[in-house]
Amino acid sequence: MAQRLDYLKESASQTAGPYVHIGCMPNFSGISIYGGDLGTTMKTGPVTGQEIKITGVVHDGVGAPVRDAMIELWQADAAGLYPSANEARGNPDPNFTGFGRSPGDPVTGEFVFETVKPGRVPFRDGRLQAPHATLWIVARGINIGLHTRLYFEDETEANSEDPILTRIEHQSRVPTLLAKKTGEAQYRFDIHLQGPKETIFFDM
Amino acid sequence: MSENSTNGGYIARDWTRQPAAYTPGYKTTVKRSPQAALLSFPTTLSEETSPVFGHGIIGELDNDLIHNFAKPGESAIGPRIIVYGRVLDETGRPVPGALLEFWQANAGGRYRHAKEGYIAPLDPNFGGCGRMITDENGSYEFRTIQPGPYPWPNGMNDWRPAHIHFSIFGHGFAQRLITQMYFEGDPLIPLCPIARVLNDQRAIDDLTAPLDMNRTVPMDARAYKFDIVLRGRRQTYFENRKEGL
Repeated sequence: MAQRLDYLKESASQTAGPYVHIGCMPNFSGISIYGGDLGTTMKTGPVTGQEIKITGVVHDGVGAPVRDAMIELWQADAAGLYPSANEARGNPDPNFTGFGRSPGDPVTGEFVFETVKPGRVPFRDGRLQAPHATLWIVARGINIGLHTRLYFEDETEANSEDPILTRIEHQSRVPTLLAKKTGEAQYRFDIHLQGPKETIFFDM
Repeated sequence: MSENSTNGGYIARDWTRQPAAYTPGYKTTVKRSPQAALLSFPTTLSEETSPVFGHGIIGELDNDLIHNFAKPGESAIGPRIIVYGRVLDETGRPVPGALLEFWQANAGGRYRHAKEGYIAPLDPNFGGCGRMITDENGSYEFRTIQPGPYPWPNGMNDWRPAHIHFSIFGHGFAQRLITQMYFEGDPLIPLCPIARVLNDQRAIDDLTAPLDMNRTVPMDARAYKFDIVLRGRRQTYFENRKEGL
């Protein structure tokens, strides 16, 4: 017998269930205990960078909209700095939270984020990643939150040298991570949980 | 060396403990589970950072579900309990400043939600949500009423065990977690298709809170202890600064 490795084990995930909004977006659920729901406003004042709007829908394996999801978005500011306690590279935009939460429309499932286009953030080896946002999707029927990334289709050059996009074995699936430009400062990012159009999800 | 290269990143997730996406006993997973393999890569700054939620967002009654929705002078109906515990990471370090959000049904198993149609009534003095930020030791505590089991349309006669949902933000988005707390001794736990998405019984046990008579307040509220473990950060040989700073 060898010595024991005394690591604890990460608590197991369980589905957020159909009523996740009671806990995470109570005002959206009609329960007014807190001042406002976290993550509904990502801009707390004048921000630096290009202000953009991202919309999309989460689809299930038969193409139906998932109408009880909660989508979280986490991203850097326009300078590529994270508004995080452990951001050690500089001072992030004080009027930008970097964190958004959207419940999705109860009828159409459409989620909306009003944010800024993120700057480039270095990969572990110092190479720059293409502008991206982390998305995390939870819902009834999802046992563990699904991580993915949203990149921008109009960042062709940055995308072509992104350390993660370029290592994806099936390059034909890369477009599932690219938000489409649908207008001036407007992007569309549809997420497919399953099937031929399945979004790439990350082991995270 | 760049800032990143002294940083070990987050320990890989143990997928033998975490649920698979496709677990047909829980029917909704069948069409909501990805079929392709997940894409693995070491964590980057995007996963090693996380939003800041200061203690300032927490209102006086946010961790008292018995009173935070009740009319003045009234309180929610049901068994009064205290739920307390610590948030730790896999290396055993406390996680201070972690935002916890919790939500639950009332004592009769009824959620306050537009899509909920169970015949058990709403409690006019119970909303069902609370939140808390862990202190410097990673500790948290809240008061609530013990939720009731409720039926759900999965199998012909499926009932959820009594449970409280938890959402936790750690120091990195890689630690983001939503889970459920069960109560010691509940005979519905081993019957539940959602608890059974976990293949490892120890993982279910770790989500089951024991009764703690030592923290129980006589003539007031029983106590249950629920510790939560988030992913740990690797230390590296080159590490020359304090964890998380």
